[in-house]
Amino acid sequence: MAYLDNAATTAMLPEALEVMYREAVNVGNASSLHGAGRRARRVVEESREKLAAAVGAKPQEIIFTASGTEANNLAVKGMFWNAGATKRAILSSPIEHHAILDPLEWLEREHNVTLHLADVDGDGRTKVESVAQLLSEHENEISFVTVMHSNNEVGALQPVEEIAAISREYKIPIHSDAVQSFGKVPLDFAKLGVNAMTISGHKIGGPLGVAALVAKKELELTPLLHGGGQERDVRSGTLHTPAIAAFATAAELSHQRLLANADHIKALRERLIRGVTTAVADVRLNGGASTLPGIAHFTFAGAEGDALLLLLDAQGVQCSTGSACSAGIAQPSHVLIAMGMAPKVARSSIRFSIGTTTTEQEIDKTISVINEVVTRARAAGVR
Amino acid sequence: MKVIAAMSGGVDSAVAAARVVDAGHEVIGVHLALSSNPQKYRSGARGCCTIEDSHDARRAADIIGIPFYVWDMAEEFHEGVVSNFLSEYSSGKTPNPCLRCNEKIKFEAVLKRARAMGYDAVATGHYAKLFPSENGPLLYRADDEGKDQSYVLAVLTQEQLSGALFPLGDTVKSDVRKEAEARGFSLAQKPDSHDICFVPSGDNAGWLRERLGSEVGEIVDEEGAVLGSHKGAYTYTVGQRRGLGLTIPAEDGRARYVLRVEPTNNRVVVGSREELAITEISGGDVNEVKWCGPIPVLGEHRGLAQVRAHGKPLPCTYRWDGKKLSATLDAPLYGLAPGQALVIYEGERAVGSVTIEWTQ
Ligand SMILES: Cc1ncc(COP(=O)(O)O)c(C=O)c1O
Repeated sequence: MAYLDNAATTAMLPEALEVMYREAVNVGNASSLHGAGRRARRVVEESREKLAAAVGAKPQEIIFTASGTEANNLAVKGMFWNAGATKRAILSSPIEHHAILDPLEWLEREHNVTLHLADVDGDGRTKVESVAQLLSEHENEISFVTVMHSNNEVGALQPVEEIAAISREYKIPIHSDAVQSFGKVPLDFAKLGVNAMTISGHKIGGPLGVAALVAKKELELTPLLHGGGQERDVRSGTLHTPAIAAFATAAELSHQRLLANADHIKALRERLIRGVTTAVADVRLNGGASTLPGIAHFTFAGAEGDALLLLLDAQGVQCSTGSACSAGIAQPSHVLIAMGMAPKVARSSIRFSIGTTTTEQEIDKTISVINEVVTRARAAGVR
Repeated sequence: MKVIAAMSGGVDSAVAAARVVDAGHEVIGVHLALSSNPQKYRSGARGCCTIEDSHDARRAADIIGIPFYVWDMAEEFHEGVVSNFLSEYSSGKTPNPCLRCNEKIKFEAVLKRARAMGYDAVATGHYAKLFPSENGPLLYRADDEGKDQSYVLAVLTQEQLSGALFPLGDTVKSDVRKEAEARGFSLAQKPDSHDICFVPSGDNAGWLRERLGSEVGEIVDEEGAVLGSHKGAYTYTVGQRRGLGLTIPAEDGRARYVLRVEPTNNRVVVGSREELAITEISGGDVNEVKWCGPIPVLGEHRGLAQVRAHGKPLPCTYRWDGKKLSATLDAPLYGLAPGQALVIYEGERAVGSVTIEWTQ
């Protein structure tokens, strides 16, 4: 078996699992005032500090949420609703994750928002000039900017620091979805210069169902969830102490091991790319030179991504095509389309994503089956 | 063998998939998405193309323990089945879309794709039996007479049938339901889908009118006397008696039936039951003749003719002259629409089929 879908989710780190288990057996609501509550609160606050340290933020800048998706929604809707009636536009990129794009499109439909999406190049990198131009043209209407830190499909790293510097000149707040970058490449909230940033637990060996919006104290956000006001009165809901503790542990370890992990993962990526491009004719690697260490995204002309996935799965190799809709029908990826690929070519693409637990054996297994799989998928053709 | 089990989300295809696994084959479950916008063709629990259906199919695949995928066949389905359905109706014929779906989608597009990917066969929950013979597979009626679907499969060639598996042919529907229950499928009690899967409401005429327009035309008798009007000739079917809305009664006071639909002048011709009687049925050109078994020798043979999905087999003499397949019925048949398939049986075995072009 080879699990090469670590961008979708990762195996939990043993240390994180241990913390999660340890905390799960303790009773206590972090908002309660008695001993059990205080104990839980202490775990949450220590976790907040650990997590803050791992992302170069202050503890009070961490707002825990139940998913990256929720944190993104809170950023997008929360910043827009807070911006006031004259700011009816939002600046973003066309290659954002659906957890950004869909709330943006919803605001466009339901709240008459104008979306300005910056151009991206053929590697899937947002063009700084395009962002700068849009900002100068629509300065007065734009409520905020949101640009992801790295793309989850092709892995391309985004020029967020530069974009943040420009939006600061216009005094327009900026958010970045850093779910894929966190724990994989150096990420420092303060240095990045953004007002808010999303990170998620399950992409870094932490548990599912816990994430955070890292947000500057001054950034005002209209809440999505009203209730107990547990997180800065911006996010309500009883805190998931065991998950938060395990998330912080995973974050701390990913941070400490960042360079060693990146070396290991990069070497495996190189091995995979060399192996695949040697074994298969007419294959293209996407994402350009500056990508996340673990994502290798290929286009196999003349083969359908769906067919590749099915045939690889049958051989025990698990990877992904990109975005799927609710009925499971593959649509050509919006990221690849934005990069200028024809829909047919876009449909011929798959993503392998390598994680800290990936082994050489898994890479070699993939290389050993890839040619036969691609040959068969090409025989089945692309519609 | 390596088998693709087509899983609609219904009881039959789920049990069929499970049986193929039990028989020791390597199986992958595939749900065919027939509309890229699944709510477009149908919403509700029945039919073949909703999100719920793909969910139900997935849950059955989980229980069986096989991988499950959704294949997008929306374009093929639209071209091969829906467009064909519309164009047939607009030329005054009454097509059978299930038959086209088997011919063009399940055992053409899907089977081709499966074969290219290294799979040997497509298994479905159709009620029919296949027996191997020296000359290739032979198609037989299912044991459950009421459910038999050999009619809608008789458009398949032996080449296509050699890549087909119908694991339910020897079982009656009530037992298939019991088996689904015993296997723990939550879909065991799901109602059967009877009508056309891409017509949401089951209102065939309304669906056609929306797409083909509802140009008012005349309802006339054989002499050309105008007896009433209609809103779209194609919503009428030969043999239809109800819903004509005729205000002028027939001279003899007897019921009138649709004899013909004339799309070119948008007329519906009605007449007496006697005028509906036909004994001669002839198919289209040689390319439309499909043999699901060995090709019969040229000349006349005795057999049974079936002209609609759940119609009775009618004793006949059929002729194959190398170009045309035609049949003479022993006793007249009342009301037969061109566009349906003539399927010839010998006993329980389906011999071949052709789309009906002409009757007398
Ligand atoms: C870039 C990006 N943003 C957001 C998300 C959503 O995060 P979560 O799964 O925690 O909701 C993902 C993960 O799928 C992602 O890759």
